Amino acid sequence: MATAVTEAVVDYDEALERYDPVMGLEVHVELNTATKMFCGCATEFGAAPNSQVCPVCLGLPGALPVVNATAVESAIRIGLALNCEIAQWCRFARKNYFYPDMPKNFQTSQYDEPIAFEGHLDVELEDGTTYRVEIERAHMEEDTGKSLHVGGSTGRIHGAEYSLVDYNRAGIPLIEIVTKPLTGAGERAPEVAKAYVGALRELLRALGVSDVKMEQGSLRCDANVSLRPKAGEATSEEQAAVPLGTRTETKNVNSLRSVERAVRYEITRHAAILDRGEKITQETRHWHEDTGVTTSGREKSDAEDYRYFPEPDLVPVAPTRETVEALRATLPEPPGERRKRLQSDWGYSDLEMRDVMNAGAVALIEETVAAGASPAGARKWWTGELARRANAEGRSVEDFGVTPAHIAELDGLVRDGRLNDSMARQVLDGVIAGEGTPTEVADARGLELVQDDGALEAAVDKVIEANADVAQKVRDGKVQAAGALIGQVMKEMRGQADAGKARQMILAKLGAA
Amino acid sequence: MNPDITRSSAAELAHALDSGELSSVEVVQAHLDRIAAVDGDVHAYLHVDGEGALAAARDVDRRRSSGEDLHVLAGVPIAVKDVMATKGLPTTCGSKILEGWVPPYDATLVARLRAAGMPILGKTNMDEFAMGSSTEHSAYGPTHNPWDLSRIPGGSGGGSSAVVAAYEAPLAIGTDTGGSIRQPAAVTGTVGVKPTYGGVSRYGLVALASSLDQAGPCTRTVLDAALLHSVIGGHDPMDSTSIDAPVPAVVEAARRAEVKGLRVGVIKELGGEGYQAGVRARFDESVALLQEAGAEVVEVSCPSFDYALAAYYLILPSEASSNLAKFDAMRYGLRVLPEGVDDPSAEQVMAATRDAGFGDEVKRRIILGTYALSSGYYDAYYGQAQKVRRLIANDFAAAFEKVDVLVSPTAPTTAFKLGDKLDDPMSMYLQDVATIPANLAGVPGMSLPSGLADEDGLPTGIQILAPATEDQRLYGVGSALERMLVDRWGSPLLTRAPELSAKGA
Amino acid sequence: MSALSRDDVAHLAGLARIDLSDAELDRMVGELGVILESVAKVQEVAAGDIEPMSHPLPLTNVTRPDEVRPSLGAEAALAGAPAQDQQRFSVPRILAQD
Repeated sequence: MATAVTEAVVDYDEALERYDPVMGLEVHVELNTATKMFCGCATEFGAAPNSQVCPVCLGLPGALPVVNATAVESAIRIGLALNCEIAQWCRFARKNYFYPDMPKNFQTSQYDEPIAFEGHLDVELEDGTTYRVEIERAHMEEDTGKSLHVGGSTGRIHGAEYSLVDYNRAGIPLIEIVTKPLTGAGERAPEVAKAYVGALRELLRALGVSDVKMEQGSLRCDANVSLRPKAGEATSEEQAAVPLGTRTETKNVNSLRSVERAVRYEITRHAAILDRGEKITQETRHWHEDTGVTTSGREKSDAEDYRYFPEPDLVPVAPTRETVEALRATLPEPPGERRKRLQSDWGYSDLEMRDVMNAGAVALIEETVAAGASPAGARKWWTGELARRANAEGRSVEDFGVTPAHIAELDGLVRDGRLNDSMARQVLDGVIAGEGTPTEVADARGLELVQDDGALEAAVDKVIEANADVAQKVRDGKVQAAGALIGQVMKEMRGQADAGKARQMILAKLGAA
Repeated sequence: MNPDITRSSAAELAHALDSGELSSVEVVQAHLDRIAAVDGDVHAYLHVDGEGALAAARDVDRRRSSGEDLHVLAGVPIAVKDVMATKGLPTTCGSKILEGWVPPYDATLVARLRAAGMPILGKTNMDEFAMGSSTEHSAYGPTHNPWDLSRIPGGSGGGSSAVVAAYEAPLAIGTDTGGSIRQPAAVTGTVGVKPTYGGVSRYGLVALASSLDQAGPCTRTVLDAALLHSVIGGHDPMDSTSIDAPVPAVVEAARRAEVKGLRVGVIKELGGEGYQAGVRARFDESVALLQEAGAEVVEVSCPSFDYALAAYYLILPSEASSNLAKFDAMRYGLRVLPEGVDDPSAEQVMAATRDAGFGDEVKRRIILGTYALSSGYYDAYYGQAQKVRRLIANDFAAAFEKVDVLVSPTAPTTAFKLGDKLDDPMSMYLQDVATIPANLAGVPGMSLPSGLADEDGLPTGIQILAPATEDQRLYGVGSALERMLVDRWGSPLLTRAPELSAKGA
Repeated sequence: MSALSRDDVAHLAGLARIDLSDAELDRMVGELGVILESVAKVQEVAAGDIEPMSHPLPLTNVTRPDEVRPSLGAEAALAGAPAQDQQRFSVPRILAQD
């Protein structure tokens, strides 16, 4: 078993010259159901220790489980969203092993009869290419309690004197999603892993089945990595024929960034071992985000004999095809397709759409457009003006208290010709300051583009008369000179004129339109 | 102590309570007195809750006198096998590992008893975690058969059967995984019923083998069993394996007691070699009585029953090994530190506790079950046993095409002496050979007294089996047979039991 | 079915977290052997196409609605605990890492 000594690694690019990485990703999703998988205890995050337990989830003698109907629905929806086949008939099974955070010393899970299987998720990478992640299965199980390890230096298990266990989390529904071995990613393996977990997270969020907060543990990822020799200038078929290497499983991967880093690290670590002609120890490893390395956990090779058998306290789950189709109808549009549709509807270029996505503003813009704004306007205000102000003040856009309805209204006022751009920005100031809605602010501040052509014409005439030499230049064909005149007209109008209209009028009057 | 009260059946007590002739407090007190007098010798109770029972009795009496509508059994006291969770009362399952554990909740069955206004006298003795056929594997000492204190009362529910046989309670709750209600009933001259699997809630029944366990009535008469069955039976949303249907009309069937035209099947594979002569003789006579009363009797063959014992002793230990894993000293129960180990780990404390807290029979079955479920062995052992189970169910189904009920002797022998079979686990297991098939198939079964064996004067029992969910057939046939037998004997069989010398009564 | 060796039994006892003494181990090897021979009988049965059975009635889809029910409360939950601290179950140091 490795100690705190850092293990040797090989340069990543070099490693990829000699080896072909294969990954298996296991993601556990904590469902956001109101109650636990097998009992009616609440699932609130952060409750006082052992305040959300009952005979069932505490594993008291005599207690029996009863399946949460909503958890089953969520499991089926997840399976459908991952293009899986939904089992006609499946069962729960007991996975038997002893551990103090497991009240029954077995976990009620699913073994060879998962509720969903044989699916896939097409994952878009940053450069726009797609990788198809094959999904082996998705199944239902229950979470364990949480242990606090006391004594010892790190609060971790090694060197702890004793542990304190809270069973509030025990029994919360989990869906475990397991990929097939992911091959062919080559040097992009870490990127693919990260993109997959990110895409999965987005999909689960869109389904509304989980909070998917990796930092809170409602989405957990275990990354399995193995290397096999690169078959030279082989075809992909020839590479596929090379047997898989020994894998290690890395846990404690708590963020998307960690996923990518951990996979990358394990590749370099495996490569170093294989280069030395040694064998990879099949084991569970623990990722450390701070030091960027994995350390050895316990050997997985003494394969825990889980002695699986069908759970006799539960009866099979056999969703009818009608039920499955009804649930299929509740699926939201897949996020990737939704994005394409919105981009097309809004008429954004790829770059504009990417900006909006990176700013996390897709939903905001959707809402704003729904409230009546033009897509261009919505984008301009949210990712342009407000984002700029947020950056300057070190705040986030949400902090301003500006709503999609506000922006839609503001955009409407501009398009209706009531405000020009500079006036609109003043109105926005007022909205942020809490003075009211855009219309209220414009009214209160007396901001209104003068629509009256008469007044504008009078102003134009006045300015032309007062600037005869400049006016002459324009007459003579120097159209740019009109700029100074426009400025003066705007001043004359106290800024409450449509600059474009003023320009038109000036040019028309000077015969240069 | 009022012997009239304690010798009465539950139905008679219910009648007396309803008419105002007796109060529940009187009834409970009479039983507490009887317990004090004889349980020192019988040792059927592990815990007696005099205070609680009297308080419940007072409450029922008060409600009755204020004119409230009460359940027919309201005020009739009952004993409960110590494998059922009873809130506020110790629940040991006959094991040291749960010594002093007081559940914070009631089993559904217990809640129903309380809701019916039935005072709970106490918890009865049992083989540890219901594993056994003699109650000798109780960590708290065996129970003695009221017919002969040097003999076993049967098991695992020897306490519940002894309690009613010794008049220490009119009714008791037992549980039956392979015969643990029926076999003790047979060897103590009482009535015991295992309902259809799923007919009575298992929520709060500390699991031995989840797919085989059922709770049921232990009584002195068939009608009493029917009355109790209808209190405890019925759907429970807390038990996923419970049947969502009304309790079969057991009381009605018990009262009607008809056998004319009934087709009765004698199971060829049960009752031949290995069955004590006296057991068989009484059985044959009972069958003849049924025939006289107008039943059609035929022999049926259920060949896969020959494999029932083997399948059972694979399925039970497998499920039990998993069910008993929760007893690990972390959350409740015994915690024992390993000797001579400084700063033991959780794993070490678990292992030391389980070695100290479990008895030999339990450890044997856990090891056996762990083996049967091990990777590489599952298909050949547990997997195969579940298939044999299907064959047994098929044999029952085929038989029930031809007959309405099946019959056999309940157990191969009468009550043997304490200590006789302790060194030979297999011979102990053979006690269950006739009762096990019903658990495997989930069909309901009843044992009622069929007489005393000539060779030793000890009780024997006849077992009646019916198709799943047709529990009422047991009560119909059982009640009719009971009446005929009691007629022939002149009085219930239990009246022949020797008087237990009351200690300072 | 092969007989169980002493090592086999020791291994199983480890899996089952029971610390058997040497004497217990010896006795159990003999007892289990006899039981196992009888149990091997199930393998005599030709059960190729038979559906395994777990419940007499083919129940399926038993579920409950996702509605909160009262919990025990921490006090009742911890009432039987051999050791507790800070409203949690106190357990000795755990060796194996999950």
